[in-house]
Amino acid sequence: MYVAVKGGERAIENAHAWLAKERRGDPDVPELSTAQIREQMALAVNRVMAEGSLYDPDLAALAIKQARGDLIEAIFLIRAYRTTLPRLMASTPVDTAVMAVTRRISATFKDAPGGQILGPTFDYTHRLLDFALLAEGEVPPAPTALTGPAQDMPHILSFLDRDGLIERAAPSDEIPPDLTRAPLELPADRALRLQALTRGDEGFVLGLAYSTQRGYGRNHAFVGELRIGTCPVEVDIPELGFAVEIGEIELTECETVNQFTGSKSQPPQFTRGYGLTFGQTERKAISMALVDRALRWRELGEDFTGAPAQDEEFVLSHCDNIQATGFLEHIKLPHYVDFQAELELIRSVRAAAFASREAAE
Amino acid sequence: MTAMDAYNFAYLDEDTKRMIRRALLKAVAIPGYQVPFASREMPMPYGWGTGGVQVTAACLTPDDRLKVIDQGADDTTNAVSIRRFFQRTAGVEVTEETEDATIIQTRHRIPEAPLQERQIMVFQVPIPEPLRFLEPRETETRRMHALADYGLMQVKLYEDIARHGRIATAYAYPVRVEGRYVMDPSPIPKFDNPKLDDSPALMLFGAGREQRIYALPPYTRVESLDFDDHPFVASKADHACDICGATESYLDEVITDDQGGRIFVCSDTAFCRSRQEDRQ
Amino acid sequence: MNIQPISGGFSDAPRQSATAFRSVLEVMSRPGKTAVLSGAKPPAPLSIAAGTAILTLADSNTPVHLAGVFDCDALRQWITFHTGAPLVPADEADLAIGHWHDLEPLDRFRIGSPEYPDRSSTLIVELHDWPQENARLTGPGIKTKTLAFVPGNRPTDFPLGLDLIMTMGERISALPRSTEVEFL
Repeated sequence: MYVAVKGGERAIENAHAWLAKERRGDPDVPELSTAQIREQMALAVNRVMAEGSLYDPDLAALAIKQARGDLIEAIFLIRAYRTTLPRLMASTPVDTAVMAVTRRISATFKDAPGGQILGPTFDYTHRLLDFALLAEGEVPPAPTALTGPAQDMPHILSFLDRDGLIERAAPSDEIPPDLTRAPLELPADRALRLQALTRGDEGFVLGLAYSTQRGYGRNHAFVGELRIGTCPVEVDIPELGFAVEIGEIELTECETVNQFTGSKSQPPQFTRGYGLTFGQTERKAISMALVDRALRWRELGEDFTGAPAQDEEFVLSHCDNIQATGFLEHIKLPHYVDFQAELELIRSVRAAAFASREAAE
Repeated sequence: MTAMDAYNFAYLDEDTKRMIRRALLKAVAIPGYQVPFASREMPMPYGWGTGGVQVTAACLTPDDRLKVIDQGADDTTNAVSIRRFFQRTAGVEVTEETEDATIIQTRHRIPEAPLQERQIMVFQVPIPEPLRFLEPRETETRRMHALADYGLMQVKLYEDIARHGRIATAYAYPVRVEGRYVMDPSPIPKFDNPKLDDSPALMLFGAGREQRIYALPPYTRVESLDFDDHPFVASKADHACDICGATESYLDEVITDDQGGRIFVCSDTAFCRSRQEDRQ
Repeated sequence: MNIQPISGGFSDAPRQSATAFRSVLEVMSRPGKTAVLSGAKPPAPLSIAAGTAILTLADSNTPVHLAGVFDCDALRQWITFHTGAPLVPADEADLAIGHWHDLEPLDRFRIGSPEYPDRSSTLIVELHDWPQENARLTGPGIKTKTLAFVPGNRPTDFPLGLDLIMTMGERISALPRSTEVEFL
């Protein structure tokens, strides 16, 4: 006698217990603390904060630990937690021209006021495995401690702006739409696109940015400036009548200088791409700036060449890795019913095809 | 204190529930139209019922009795997981009996037992746009719905007939609601489509990842798309259930050995069980 | 200090608003049917049903229009305190509250666009009494036909249109845009 598979609940509980055991790994190896992850896996923490849209290094570290190092799973944990948080107030816009920089480079100018700071970068490391780290070696102290207070650090592109050589990014007091509170509506304005990109999957945005470099919507990007550092976050307290600093966050900002446009009425000007991400996440910020620029073809009067990076609906609908991974992985769920319907259909179509072939013979 | 005590009744915060409730009322007022809503990230993955879960959470009251099915069964793992989520976050009673439930959340099936006026069906929807596989752009499909321009769908169905001699859609079979909107009934087998028409129960559809909610009020005219010379047929496997003997229920095919042996059993486990109990 | 606006809200918002919403959903799904809607104790002249509907549906994202006698200090304060809803002119409203003659002319309200028919106003029509049925209703939510009171003609161009919620005391019924109305 056939008995249908039962016991879904017990199977789930057992799977959870097994997962917890696997997460811990060999108990003879000391357990990772979230502080260790926060301090020593900081770039993973930064990515989880950036794509999780929640600036909290401790929670990001916890998510990474719980997710066994699966960063998309960790981002998912942070997103699901973030949704439940009450919105107490909105900060005033962060001014990235006031920043305690740890890194600031320009590929367009050899020097600029404020100077170039290489900072803690992999850029010129030789990618050789450092076997000394196997032995848990302590690093020698860095020669200088660079982090000072936030200070005026003018954007390098502002020098081009002063000469009228680059398009104006006009300031606006308009309240931007909020992707997390309103359904995505297309066509989207730039503020909404940037929101989607900043929390978009690093790999996806990177791939799209790379495709523009290879000619799929090419826009000739120079990194005008890449800066990483901390900025104060302020909120307006209506009762006090002024803004109060509530903390600081680390940001990566990338401004690109792109191919110029011009017309009969307007002399040629360089154009801009923009990337801003939580933490030290410069691959993402640069990628974001390139994709942002590619998506601006319409407002800049360029042609749509059919390149994926120019296609707003394609980019915005597919850049979120939590949406993508959920829908991708859902095909693991049972589909017996639909598959059965397909089985019935293909059997009947085949039967009809055989019957008509026999009749023809 | 459990981890869930820290969360609001039915998990979602009140702002989110209000937003979903407003969308639900619009959906009911415009049958078959997909209302955009600001779907939230849920503690379960997109694609696993987040739309249905949000709709259920916005509708649940402490007096409800909830049934959750996946593939027609109460004990498939995802149904178990969602049912337990609402037991923990809303403290509602749950049931496996279709007749006893006031809200039924489902993935891919409509129960065999006739629905009643006091019941709400909540469908989990992966891709709410019936035109999506014909036209991937939202901006385009929205225009088509605005103009009730469904020629593309007619062409697709007609091409099916030309190639296969029939409409080659076995599930998620598109319907027309009150002669106006073409709607995706979610990936139910087309066998279940007739249950949508003139149903005494309210039917709500939630697509979380795609941020859409739509509805069929009770007693709404729902027609499966077809042609006069190729009328819609609600087909199923041509067998009786090998457990309860039912001939009118939708069947799962189960492989029993490696010699090609197979049996057919009801996909609606509660229906099958009640028939077995009646026979004893 | 004026204490009045603070009272009259839900004492257990998650559960009370859940129960209240189900009543609203029920009547919107079944035009012509009436249900009990209670929980809020709004200041006069707002009915308990209308006050409960507002607490259930309105928040800072829901512009509300107050028409006629309902546009008074007591109600403005009460709605602002309990929901944070912005109070707006008719053409910006998601929700509007008033007696029928104060809501008229109804073409002031948004009926949505062909692409987004949901971007329309819902009118909460307060009734002085619940008159005899004056119309025959057919359409979605109605098994064959039903008799009900309908306060007057509303602009309909389905799928565009206005959805009505009628309230009096603790009683509520609804008339979605999908309903065909034939006055007797």
